[in-house]
Amino acid sequence: MAEIIANEGGGKHKGKRRAKKLSTHIDMTPMVDLACLLLTFFMLTTAFSKPKVMEIALPDKKPIKDPPKLDQDKVITVILDENDKVYYYNKLADPAKLPLPELVESNFSKDGLRKLFLNRNKDLFAKVANYNDSIMKVKDAMPPDTLRSRIKAMGKADKVGPFVMIKATDKAKYGNVVNVIDELAITNVVRYAIVDLNPIEIKMLEAKKNTSKP
Amino acid sequence: MSKIKLPSKPPRIDMTPMVDLFFLLLTFFMLTTSFKPQEAVQVDTPNSISDKTTPEKDVITVFVGKDNKVFFNIDNGKDSSSHIRRKVLVKVAEQYKVKFTPAQIKRFETLASFGMPIKDMPAWISATDPKVRDEMQVGVPMDSLNNQLEMWILISRNENSNAEVAVKGDYASDYKVVKKVMDLFQKYNMNKFNLTTTLEKVEVKL
Repeated sequence: MAEIIANEGGGKHKGKRRAKKLSTHIDMTPMVDLACLLLTFFMLTTAFSKPKVMEIALPDKKPIKDPPKLDQDKVITVILDENDKVYYYNKLADPAKLPLPELVESNFSKDGLRKLFLNRNKDLFAKVANYNDSIMKVKDAMPPDTLRSRIKAMGKADKVGPFVMIKATDKAKYGNVVNVIDELAITNVVRYAIVDLNPIEIKMLEAKKNTSKP
Repeated sequence: MSKIKLPSKPPRIDMTPMVDLFFLLLTFFMLTTSFKPQEAVQVDTPNSISDKTTPEKDVITVFVGKDNKVFFNIDNGKDSSSHIRRKVLVKVAEQYKVKFTPAQIKRFETLASFGMPIKDMPAWISATDPKVRDEMQVGVPMDSLNNQLEMWILISRNENSNAEVAVKGDYASDYKVVKKVMDLFQKYNMNKFNLTTTLEKVEVKL
């Protein structure tokens, strides 16, 4: 393998007799083998990508004196149930105001929740996308952290986006909750909360399940 | 006509550059690798588009496995000489009147996540057979009568006030359990959570 090859003159030189050179061959094969082995080992055991995290901030548990009023029309409530089932309804379910909103079954595909959120959050989404594009055109214009905080500020300033309530039943899987939050992140929805189901919603869910059964 | 002599030696390829490269790569990988102690559970995290990386130090991590077992981990903090793990263990042991030998406490510092009632911990720390150790990982008790997870959280919080919270839940774990864990953290005013996810790029257009 890797060796130092001493130049051997060959028999062409006539006349002077040369002292026979001893070649300084060192057999490096074992060393190279070992290096290869270790290299493979370290390459396979190294995990380059560190795990990523999604940050969520939950509201303080302490009761607030006067909770901010929600604009009914902006509210979308997403209800997660067992077997990856997901439902949503618009506005609020208020027993004093009949009829109750209709519960719609949805899914986690491209045309499910994402389409819904995207439709409701068109303005902000377009704004953020444009801003992103304009930044991307200039190379290294901004460190990612700054960009992130600018986009966050745009979200805060936004007035028309929906407010999404995520409610999971006891049988819901954790993965689906993360999926919904992820869909919100994809569509740049900034206002959302994770809340418990209220009794009306539990009833609505029961009713929905009963009607969908044959 | 003179005979054309075939070269007596087979052609040699100089492999020195290749070997050089090998060693360079080897050194690189050796220096960049950091060996992680084995985690208690294999957690299959959900996907998300978030590209924020996990904080390296000062993290309290709670793992929720597929079978809803809960595991706990805390690191030694930015300055590992502060020995946060050790302090936490000693304090929790005091609360439950469990005795650890100094050697066990020292060994605990190098270990990773764990999930068992505190009274089984001395045996777990001393055990060497990986099979036995795995069998002992039954989850940290967190029911209302014996909420050891809460004790771990409370004491970790006291020992390292800068600690962030990471929740590493399995896709198939019950939300109920994760919620219970998050409620415990919220009880001690830790309202910001890092949910560990796997990066998955998504392209969306209007």
